[in-house]
Amino acid sequence: MIESGIFYIFATTLVAAAIGVITFRNPVYSALCLVLSFVTSAVLWILLEAEFLGIVLVLVYVGAVMVLFLFVVMMLDINVEQMREGFTRYAPLGVLVALVVAFEIGYVVLRDAGAQPVKSPLPAEGYSNTEALGAVLYTDYAYAFELAAMILLVAIVAAISLTMRKRAQVKFQDINKQVATRAEDRVRLVTMKSEPRQ
Amino acid sequence: MKATLLTIVLAPLIAAAIAGLFGKRIGRAGAHWITILAVGLSFGLSAWVLWQSMTTTAVVFDDTIYTWMVSDGLSMEIGFLVDRLTALMMTVVTFVSWMVHIYTVGYMREDPGYQRFFSYIALFTFAMLMLVMANNFLQLFFGWEAVGLVSYLLIGFWYKKPTAIHANLKAFIVNRVGDFGFLLAIASIVYFTGSLNYGEVFAKSGALTAGRLEIFTGQLWPAITVTCILLFVGAMGKSAQIPLHVWLPDSMEGPTPISALIHAATMVTAGIFMVARMSPLYELSEVALSTVLLIGATTAFLMGLVGVVQNDIKRIIAYSTLSQLGYMFVALGASAYGAGIFHLMTHAFFKALLFLAAGSVIIGMHHEQDIRKMGGLRKYMPITYLTMLVGTLALIGFPGFAGFYSKDAIIEAVHLSTIPGHGIAYFAVLSGVFVTALYSFRLLFVVFHGKERFDDHTREHLKESPWVVTLPLILLAIPSVIIGALTVGPLLFGGWFGSSLQVLQNHDVLAELGHEFHGPMAMVTHGLQQWPVWLAAAGALTAWFLYVKRSDLPAVIAEKLSPLYRVLDRKYYFDEFNQQVFSQGAQQTGRLFWRIGDETIIDGSMVNGTAKAVGWFSGVIRGIQTGFLYHYAFAMVIGLAALLGWLILAG
Amino acid sequence: MIGLSHYLILSAILFSLAVAGIFLNRKNVIILLMCIELMLLAVNFNFVAYSRFLNDIDGQVFVFFILTVAAAEAAIGLAILVVLFRNRRSIDVDELDMMKG
Repeated sequence: MIESGIFYIFATTLVAAAIGVITFRNPVYSALCLVLSFVTSAVLWILLEAEFLGIVLVLVYVGAVMVLFLFVVMMLDINVEQMREGFTRYAPLGVLVALVVAFEIGYVVLRDAGAQPVKSPLPAEGYSNTEALGAVLYTDYAYAFELAAMILLVAIVAAISLTMRKRAQVKFQDINKQVATRAEDRVRLVTMKSEPRQ
Repeated sequence: MKATLLTIVLAPLIAAAIAGLFGKRIGRAGAHWITILAVGLSFGLSAWVLWQSMTTTAVVFDDTIYTWMVSDGLSMEIGFLVDRLTALMMTVVTFVSWMVHIYTVGYMREDPGYQRFFSYIALFTFAMLMLVMANNFLQLFFGWEAVGLVSYLLIGFWYKKPTAIHANLKAFIVNRVGDFGFLLAIASIVYFTGSLNYGEVFAKSGALTAGRLEIFTGQLWPAITVTCILLFVGAMGKSAQIPLHVWLPDSMEGPTPISALIHAATMVTAGIFMVARMSPLYELSEVALSTVLLIGATTAFLMGLVGVVQNDIKRIIAYSTLSQLGYMFVALGASAYGAGIFHLMTHAFFKALLFLAAGSVIIGMHHEQDIRKMGGLRKYMPITYLTMLVGTLALIGFPGFAGFYSKDAIIEAVHLSTIPGHGIAYFAVLSGVFVTALYSFRLLFVVFHGKERFDDHTREHLKESPWVVTLPLILLAIPSVIIGALTVGPLLFGGWFGSSLQVLQNHDVLAELGHEFHGPMAMVTHGLQQWPVWLAAAGALTAWFLYVKRSDLPAVIAEKLSPLYRVLDRKYYFDEFNQQVFSQGAQQTGRLFWRIGDETIIDGSMVNGTAKAVGWFSGVIRGIQTGFLYHYAFAMVIGLAALLGWLILAG
Repeated sequence: MIGLSHYLILSAILFSLAVAGIFLNRKNVIILLMCIELMLLAVNFNFVAYSRFLNDIDGQVFVFFILTVAAAEAAIGLAILVVLFRNRRSIDVDELDMMKG
């Protein structure tokens, strides 16, 4: 009973947040709505007894990725009005396609509703979702895990190299030039007659 | 026997290979010695084979030497069929070839291609022997093509001379036309009888008689008639009958010994030999016989007339050859195969003689061939003159000479024949006798009698040819006189050929003639009471009157009868016709295919069309590629929805 | 009782909303990226739900990897966006038609 209550409350919030994401004029609001939908999702995942992923979603996704989104949205000077032009132009098509997709998925789900598995109880005391996940992740999926790490590394390098830019005015050391320097290049000795005392 | 026959065939081939491949090493003398010895050996053995077949009754060698392959029951082999017909042909071929070899030593003395020439003529001897000795159609075809090839090589022997190159191309192409018919005939024979071997084909000729071929829709033709006419098309090409005769006069661009050997005595008679060999088939189709008769008669008369107006010494003899080949076909068409072969043999001797004599004149005149620039050569070249006179008398059928017997027999045979068209043919051959005498004596009188029309420089060097040239002339003059009287009895009436020539009872004109035959002398006295001899005499007299007595007259006549003269001078416009219709036609057709087929259809619509279609399609597709990110995103999402829908509907 | 269907329907609604969002906010690349995040969330929902109902931890491993890749994608996507804005002073999709052939 409590479970149903929690599910419906958070499911409704999730849908509302998702609608907010796609309808708000201001991208900042959209981003905040996305944060909300991630948080509610995390609650629902925990309800599904996937505690580790629920927490990861909040910590990593909301804490890092969504903050990145917010940063970018705020950093860029976006002309909101211009962005909203033609908002309704493709709306009918969008709604239609969305309904078709929803209908198709719903049809499949409901068609097989009777034959779907029911929730079976988890193993006895001492079971930890995190532990179970880790046990699989570091053994069976060790290579995939390392690949994922590699992908993240590449993403970091890519993001930095894309956004880094050289500024002409900024001065910084060039070690190579410093090392290669010779005295003759730096100091010019000039001999000249001393001016006579007047 | 087998070893003897193999030696006969292979000796010239080996000699040709040695003279051709090692010509430099063995030198000029080496080349002529080895080929002359090899061909001489062939001749000796051939004569022995002929003697054997004459003395021992009915010795027919018919055996396979080597089986090349057997495919689906069709056996392709090399084999020899040597009966009296073949033995006679072998002897004639090797003898004339031998004479030409000896003669060439003198004629080609200064030619840089000396060894090559000897190699070619020895190779020709080999090919011709393969042709006549064949016992199956495949080998016959091999020999047929091989002599054609050597003929091509020899007409173009002086390959730096443009006219020679054109002439040999012409000969080759015209012969291709005939060979195509020949090949079709062989295909038809294999189709109906399932064999290539003569004996088996003749045994199964019933299948050909019963068979029907649909040439045009709705019209069924007897296979035997179609096959025989196609065979004759092949013979028309090789033996230069109207309308495939055009190559022979031009082939005189080759060296004179070649004109004597190939284009007068041996190769061109291959068609005659082949038709005679196929007599068991020809006898079964009266239509085919009639075709042979009419084409032969037309050629005999019309080509003789052209000879009257020619001025090139070799071309006159060439037209004479055409005319005489026509006579031979007339004999074959009238079912007088023996007479045809008889004339072939006598003609081989006296025509080779005439050509070699002409060659002797050409040597004396320093390769001048125009008879208008000769005259009065009699006192400078007595031997040549005398031998040429003998050849001419033999050609026109002077009583007692070789040509008299053979030609008289042909004319009489046509007279008695009942084949459709024999009336026209009889008229043509009879008129031909007059024409023959006219052009032959015109040649003789213009060249050897009358005023000397050459310059002093030529006169200084004018002398009788060396012995290597005159010896063959004399050796050929002897048979030209006597061979007719010696062999007329057995060859024509004695049933000498046995089973090699087969004639149906109701066609057998020679048997009918035989009833009136009482020996060569009687034939001479009988001949004196007949038309041909007097026609020949009239022709000779006319020639004397026009070219010796009143030598101003021919020009006047030519002017008075200028339309006729022009037609004859242009050789009935055959060359122009071929040029316009076949050559231009082929070019026009080619251009049509090039412009429309190649450029428009293949290049235009298929090659470039493909590129254009791709370009056009890309142009249409490019409109869809807006470059807007969201359009691609939309496409993806809509595609996803569609895929899902498909999955649901299909599953 | 909340069954598997509930979660699946919820994820379907979430996914459809994201699809609709792509059409509605076609001009704003940032919101397009957010919509993609929403879609991935919907997919993750399915994985987690199935993992629980089939008692198979592998589904959660997949979610883990998807989160990783999504994070990387978001980081690079935003980096591109920043560069784009720096160069063109705008992120209006209507002006981005350099891919046009």
